[in-house]
Amino acid sequence: MRRVDQDVNRFRRIVKGQIRKNLRKFVSHGEMLTRKGGKVVAVPLPEITLPRFTFGDRGGGGVGQGEGQPGDEVGQDPGEDEGEHPLEVDVSMEELAQILGEALELPHIEPRGQQNVETDTHRYRSIRRTGPRSLRHFKRTYKRALIRQIISGDYDADDPLVTPRREDERFRSFDITRVPESSAAILYMMDVSGSMGAEQKEIVRNAAFWLDAWIQSQYRNVATRYIVHDASAREVDRHSFFHLKESGGTKISSAYRLANDIIDKDYPPDQWNVYCFQFSDGDNWSGGDTALCLRLLEEELLPKSNQFAYGQVKSAYGSGQFKHDLDQKFDSEDLVTCEIQDRDAILDCLREFLRRGR
Amino acid sequence: MNLTPELVRLEAEARAAAIELGLDFPQVVFELVAADQLNMIAAYGGFPVRYPHWRFGMEFQRLQKQYEYGLGKIYELVINTDPCYAYLMNSNTLMEQKLVMAHVFGHADFFRNNMWFEPTDRRMVDVMANHGTRVRRHVDRQGSEKVEEFLDACLSLENLIDPMSLYVRRSVDEVRGPEMDEDRVAAGQVRRFPVQRRYMEPFINPREALEKERAELAEALKARRPFPAQPTQDVLEFLLRHAPLADWQVDCLDIVREEAYYFAPQAMTKIINEGWASFIHSRLMTTKLVAQGEIINYADKHSSTLATQPGRINPYRLGYNLFCDIEDRWNRGAHGREWRECDDYAKRRTWDTGAMKGLEKVFEVRRIHSDQSFLDAFLTHEFIERHELYIFGRDPRTGKRVILDKDPATVKPKLLNQFTNMGQPIIELVDANFENRGELYLRHIYEGTDLREDFARQTIRSLHTIWTRPVNLETAIEGKGVLWTFDGTEEHTRDLGPLRDPHLAGA
Repeated sequence: MRRVDQDVNRFRRIVKGQIRKNLRKFVSHGEMLTRKGGKVVAVPLPEITLPRFTFGDRGGGGVGQGEGQPGDEVGQDPGEDEGEHPLEVDVSMEELAQILGEALELPHIEPRGQQNVETDTHRYRSIRRTGPRSLRHFKRTYKRALIRQIISGDYDADDPLVTPRREDERFRSFDITRVPESSAAILYMMDVSGSMGAEQKEIVRNAAFWLDAWIQSQYRNVATRYIVHDASAREVDRHSFFHLKESGGTKISSAYRLANDIIDKDYPPDQWNVYCFQFSDGDNWSGGDTALCLRLLEEELLPKSNQFAYGQVKSAYGSGQFKHDLDQKFDSEDLVTCEIQDRDAILDCLREFLRRGR
Repeated sequence: MNLTPELVRLEAEARAAAIELGLDFPQVVFELVAADQLNMIAAYGGFPVRYPHWRFGMEFQRLQKQYEYGLGKIYELVINTDPCYAYLMNSNTLMEQKLVMAHVFGHADFFRNNMWFEPTDRRMVDVMANHGTRVRRHVDRQGSEKVEEFLDACLSLENLIDPMSLYVRRSVDEVRGPEMDEDRVAAGQVRRFPVQRRYMEPFINPREALEKERAELAEALKARRPFPAQPTQDVLEFLLRHAPLADWQVDCLDIVREEAYYFAPQAMTKIINEGWASFIHSRLMTTKLVAQGEIINYADKHSSTLATQPGRINPYRLGYNLFCDIEDRWNRGAHGREWRECDDYAKRRTWDTGAMKGLEKVFEVRRIHSDQSFLDAFLTHEFIERHELYIFGRDPRTGKRVILDKDPATVKPKLLNQFTNMGQPIIELVDANFENRGELYLRHIYEGTDLREDFARQTIRSLHTIWTRPVNLETAIEGKGVLWTFDGTEEHTRDLGPLRDPHLAGA
């Protein structure tokens, strides 16, 4: 271990709040975990700026250099001070999931069932002596040539010219490995009744994006379905799911019914890992409907899914009663509930939803 | 030294060229290192042997990410020691290595010859290693949490030093005059009861009682003595001597202070140091080192080093251009009273006495100047116009940052102001026995720019951790004096009214 790793670890633990809790207030998170269209995100770059006597932002001014006349704009604000350097870079979905997993210390999901379903995959991780030129392994080829030349005494250190011959060439090639096939279905349910405003939907959208990212990193095939409901439920596409503006009453059981139908029809639980995520502000039509919901959950949805999670978004109108009802009826091991106060709470909610590794 | 044979040859070539130009530097030891090693060394400020601290880990991570995502890389790193250690990134191209070596020789020459670096310890590697050992020992005995917490408090006071004290003797006695002998004064003030019969004296005025009264009086007199005798900018030194600290805490504070003083000259010479190194690499590359086929790549590298961003000053660019300007002016004899007073534009531009003193002058400049005096002496109004320096600020209507002014007469003072005291507020310790209650009283010498309040409040708390009695800071917000206090449990604010000095209040 390099010496610097100790300091890096210590820094990471401070950022995560495991040690030195009083320093947490100086942690700036940049734009951690925010999607920026397509696949570009801001890489999380937490920094801690130790306070000291320093000048304020000098009215956002100073001396600069370059072309321009008085009145011309001088570009973006830099960070508030030198301590903050959010960097925006391209990151693949896979890396995103990794970042998320690391940030939240998520366990890898253990798929259930269908261990017997296996498929062959090709992985380029072996070397052969024949192959197409495009797959020639330059380094290995060079090494073989170097070794041959040294052995035969052709190598001159002052004029280190190495010429590979046909027999020196090495090529990348594939291995066949058998991996267990695993598929997952994600069912999102969202309450779009009048009490869910734009802010609430934004929270759901963010949460859903990261849930997708994580589950997709864990399975080879992932199918996603979207259900919205007010007094009645229907299936919609991704875009409408996030943008639909409805109003009216709330009957959660309708969504549960529809979810159950979809599972039965398309995702038999012996072949699929089913995940249900429900978001609502916690209002339901009536106690009678809630009783119906609880029964549907107990008899149908819970046995069929790996994980059923309920996220309650705080809104000005919702009573929040539904979470109480769920918590009373079910053990938190079977059904995870979580209250999302604001955007900052999304991460905690994700951790709550995913930490069981199912 | 682990250079490849080819680099050894290039190094010899660059060294010979540098010496021929007149540079004077200690032995430079080049090490070829990989990116993560270089990032590590840079994270430790050039000294991988330093004491353990999370902020080095943070810096390392930042550099690593920056490098991995292709947002920036460090080409070279050189530290001010003798012999001078310089690290080269192993992924640099040959042309880049040449450039970087020439650049490094420039820095090495600057470290040795610039007078602001004279007081620095050239065996700092050993000193830093010692610091590392000492801190690790304290960690072993006191626990890492405790030591780190204290170090953080010290580090947030890191800039409360007096960099100029490295160059001048600040003698307390000279200013204060002969010290008052409180004991003698007190002896004269002790009151005796009148005694009629001499033999009663020991009973009416017992010796111990007189002695006690004298001691009390002397104590009271001493309490009235200003403490410290004179306001001091070296708050850390004062705390070292007088704060109620355990031995290990004194040691940690001492380490932080010593390192702060070591790095201070570098902070005072950012522009001139980088400017000099860039001037040297440009001169060596273009006249000696660069091969024909490399010239385009070199020009590209050189200009990207000197590129500007809106709303920023690039120290490489400003310093480099100033050195070029100085060389050109002294070559033409375009300086001195006659030139200054000439107001014929065309004549000034073509001014040429054939003096050819340019090179001599730049060597002199690199010897005696720090950023502040460098800019003050050589940033001419023509230079400001030609190189398009401007003042920017927020447009009150749109809230956007816009160029406000390009008038050299206002740009120059603003820029100089930014380099005063290395861009840090000047804060001095005025009284360590404020209101005769052992409270610390600091004063921010207000020059028109407010302190960042949340940070200042936290720093006051750090001071309280060390001093353990209430801490006060006198500063100003928008020209109105305030006193910020932390008494150990609560923060207070007291209005001190408008500043007495009208030109500061209006600034």
